[in-house]
Amino acid sequence: MTSSTTITPEQTEQAQETWSGQNVPRKEDRRLVQGQGVFVDDVKRHGMGYLHFVRSPYAHAHITSIDVSAAEEHPAVYGTLTGEEVAALTDPFFQLASVPGANVKDYALAVGKVRYVGEPIVAVVAETREAARDASELVEVEYEPLDAITDARHAQDDGVPTIHEDAGGNLMWHGTYEWGDLDAAFAEADKVVKIDELHFHRFNSTPLECDGALVEYNRGMGQWTITTNNQFPGFAIIMMGPAMKVGLDKLRFVTQDIGGGFGNKITSHPQLVACCLLARKLNRPVQWTEWRTDFHLSMSHGNERWFHETEVAVKDDGTLLGFRTKALDDAGAYLRYEPLGGVIWAQVTPGMYKWKNIRVDFTQVATNKAPVSPNRGYSRMQHLWFTERMIDIVAHELDLDPVEVRKRNYIRVEDMPYTTPNGCVYDSGDYAKMLDIALDLVDYPSLEARRADAKSRGKLLGLGIGSTLDSGTNNFGQSRMINPELQFSGNNEVATVKLDIFGEIVVTLGTTPQGQGHETTAAQVVADILKCSVDDVFVRAGHDSYWNSHAGFSGTYASQFAVTGLSAVKGATEMLRDEIFKLAGAVFGGVPAEALELADGGVRIKESPEAFLPFMACGAIINANNAGLPEDLGVTLNCRYVYRPPFEVPDVEKKYGNLTLTYATQIHAAVIEVDPETGSYEIVDYAAVDDCGKRINPQIVEGQVMGATAQALGAATHEQFVYDEDGNLLTPNFYDYHVPHALDMPPLQTGSVESPSPFTPLGTKGMGEGGGAGIHAVCSAVQDALRNHGGALVYDSCNPYHRVWEMLNDPSTGARVEVTG
Amino acid sequence: MSATTERSITVTINGTTYEREVEARKLLIHFVRDDLDLTGSHIGCDTGNCGACSLIVDGTLVKSCMMLAVQADGATIESVEGLADGDELNKLQQAFREHHALQCGYCTPGMLMSATALLRSNPHPSDDEIKKALQGNICRCTGYWNIFEAVKAASE
Repeated sequence: MTSSTTITPEQTEQAQETWSGQNVPRKEDRRLVQGQGVFVDDVKRHGMGYLHFVRSPYAHAHITSIDVSAAEEHPAVYGTLTGEEVAALTDPFFQLASVPGANVKDYALAVGKVRYVGEPIVAVVAETREAARDASELVEVEYEPLDAITDARHAQDDGVPTIHEDAGGNLMWHGTYEWGDLDAAFAEADKVVKIDELHFHRFNSTPLECDGALVEYNRGMGQWTITTNNQFPGFAIIMMGPAMKVGLDKLRFVTQDIGGGFGNKITSHPQLVACCLLARKLNRPVQWTEWRTDFHLSMSHGNERWFHETEVAVKDDGTLLGFRTKALDDAGAYLRYEPLGGVIWAQVTPGMYKWKNIRVDFTQVATNKAPVSPNRGYSRMQHLWFTERMIDIVAHELDLDPVEVRKRNYIRVEDMPYTTPNGCVYDSGDYAKMLDIALDLVDYPSLEARRADAKSRGKLLGLGIGSTLDSGTNNFGQSRMINPELQFSGNNEVATVKLDIFGEIVVTLGTTPQGQGHETTAAQVVADILKCSVDDVFVRAGHDSYWNSHAGFSGTYASQFAVTGLSAVKGATEMLRDEIFKLAGAVFGGVPAEALELADGGVRIKESPEAFLPFMACGAIINANNAGLPEDLGVTLNCRYVYRPPFEVPDVEKKYGNLTLTYATQIHAAVIEVDPETGSYEIVDYAAVDDCGKRINPQIVEGQVMGATAQALGAATHEQFVYDEDGNLLTPNFYDYHVPHALDMPPLQTGSVESPSPFTPLGTKGMGEGGGAGIHAVCSAVQDALRNHGGALVYDSCNPYHRVWEMLNDPSTGARVEVTG
Repeated sequence: MSATTERSITVTINGTTYEREVEARKLLIHFVRDDLDLTGSHIGCDTGNCGACSLIVDGTLVKSCMMLAVQADGATIESVEGLADGDELNKLQQAFREHHALQCGYCTPGMLMSATALLRSNPHPSDDEIKKALQGNICRCTGYWNIFEAVKAASE
């Protein structure tokens, strides 16, 4: 019924019996389908209190007074925390930005001023969830309202209110990126296509589980245990430790199951600090679970971005020479992970195309809206949408076939590895082949016949194409482009693999999976190396910083597990294998490793396989029966490996260097039918083609492709965080913020190509953030459907039916474009 | 403000009978999760849209955040914890696993209860009937396609 069809990928390796490459059913599922997962709100402690935040009803206001006395007197209340206390107990969070953003002062609770509707002001802890909510209404806050600025395009106008006085205005970050020779490119161009403005809208992935934590304070040790669904503990901890003025080992992070993350659970550190302070103040565990409305009001909106004064230099035949634009990013009220969005996009500077001359003038401003933070496809999605928008608009204006323009300009398979104008290295891929597969899946040859058929039914049919370069494994050295003072570079991830006393193989990861199946794919990699069954491999669920299996960049974000996580697993398992050989060699009386092999859950001598030592014996000898072993054996059977990808620090002056290790690729094609009377449309055919290099578990990969596609279709058609001019969020819950439901899903066909990465130990590429392709595919299809019906050019990344109706009735509501030359 | 009228209620969940004092305003889902420690059913919204809290109450599929615990007094309730026979997954659970119909697993318990209610009333649903039966359950990970496949497989 789902028409999910996989085109067999090219067999790049000979068929062999390995666990890798198989659709091994997920280890995680057995507990999850029985309701036995442990999510943060499932964890309880004796005497714990429930935390509820009092939130700002104003987008911008001075706080003139706060009175918590009535709340404190509520019989079920354990205590409260105000911004004043937070400012006395903590330092402002460290800012990633250079000046002026560096001067922003951001605390766990609002101090003196509120800057967006929903900003936490006071935290109330009570005996029950209901009592905490009740008592929150007893907190009296007086405000002196200020004008709000909600449109980033006017954030720097004369006379607009300043959101952060310490920053001296609403500009948070500005930088200019330029590569190649723009003047020469525009001189060589036959045509210059000028696009006045394009808009990428504000939404996020709305994981079904909201943020939360259970925080316990160990007074004797001065140490907190933070059970949470934060998906990037490595980042949270370096934000929280300095602010709380404690060493990082005092902040123990624990997770098991996380109910979706998509980047949206990276920046909960302010709320976690409030929980920590209250756990210490009240001397009891503090439980915080965000309500859905709280999440929508305050957490991790995706970056809203405009592209102004875009100019594309193009030859008459559609050859793209270069482009220049002014990107304007709306950071919202605080820089929680920003302004990293100001550089992350540069991982995919040219998109899939060969243009060499590119200039992006990037500005990020603050507004009185919820802070932005990473959202699946973070910052690259916006830029890739923009590159695809340019392609379709150029094709339209020059009356060229958008398919042909793409194929003419794609980076070719024979160009791989391809160095982009800004020094990134695309590792592998065959974009033209992927496009052919996608077009084949939506029956492209019959397009015009189907267009005529739709027309006979009063419908307008359109075909659209979108793409994603899912750049993965960040080189954090790119952060220096937004602040040269930052001392980050490279990347790392950790795994430990040990053989326990009874021969159990136990794996710990540094990651914080949210449904990506890490327990399963890690076990597949281990089983291949140790020549055992995946059922023999126990992978601990979740994350615990006391396992000592994490490093500075540990977490699950930014499409990297298949590279960083699994490479760490591979490294640790190979260490363990070598130690098993060393141990067995000694036990067998000096047999060299080359003469040994692993098989059937043990180690044996190749030439005389009856000399066999099961893993159980290995574990027992080292752990419990080790008398007489050589002193210098050097075997623990407990191996920790840190994978560190090969990166250099980028050239900060030239903004040049390799910013990510791998580039998974997605090309999507959508066919839609528009009802010209209403602007409503239906997706009648859809194809998603993926290439993420070697696939350890194809079913998991395809699941990620499907999920990202669904999120893209929701974002392209409905999902928007809409604010009124006073800064009120008009879509604060699932009533108003429409995410796709079962009935919204179109027929889907999937295809895949497998181009192993030459740069990673397993040939894998990180993946999972391919949804941006779908957003553009829908935009592109709408534009194609309207081509002979007013010819409006799609201006916005979100096109609900009313917007399509507007474009049908007044094409000038689309993008304003001019062609010169 | 602090209206804490308590009532005594009795419910039977997955064959076990519980008698508890409960605040009159407490939602059924909070009662099940917080008071009875049956944390398999989840909460994903404030508005009755997401279906993560779906339970079968006296044979009827219910979003348990839309019902007060006191309204369930005397009811027989089924939740995700009661689906498997010991360690043996039932056909629907097995189909979810085989078809990769879950990723993070947060919506899954509610999705399973909706599908259970569907297959009881309609053992061989059409594709459209499956979609309609699941429209009250939001999943943000899978795009639903594999869930449709799993329910279809379980119905065959």
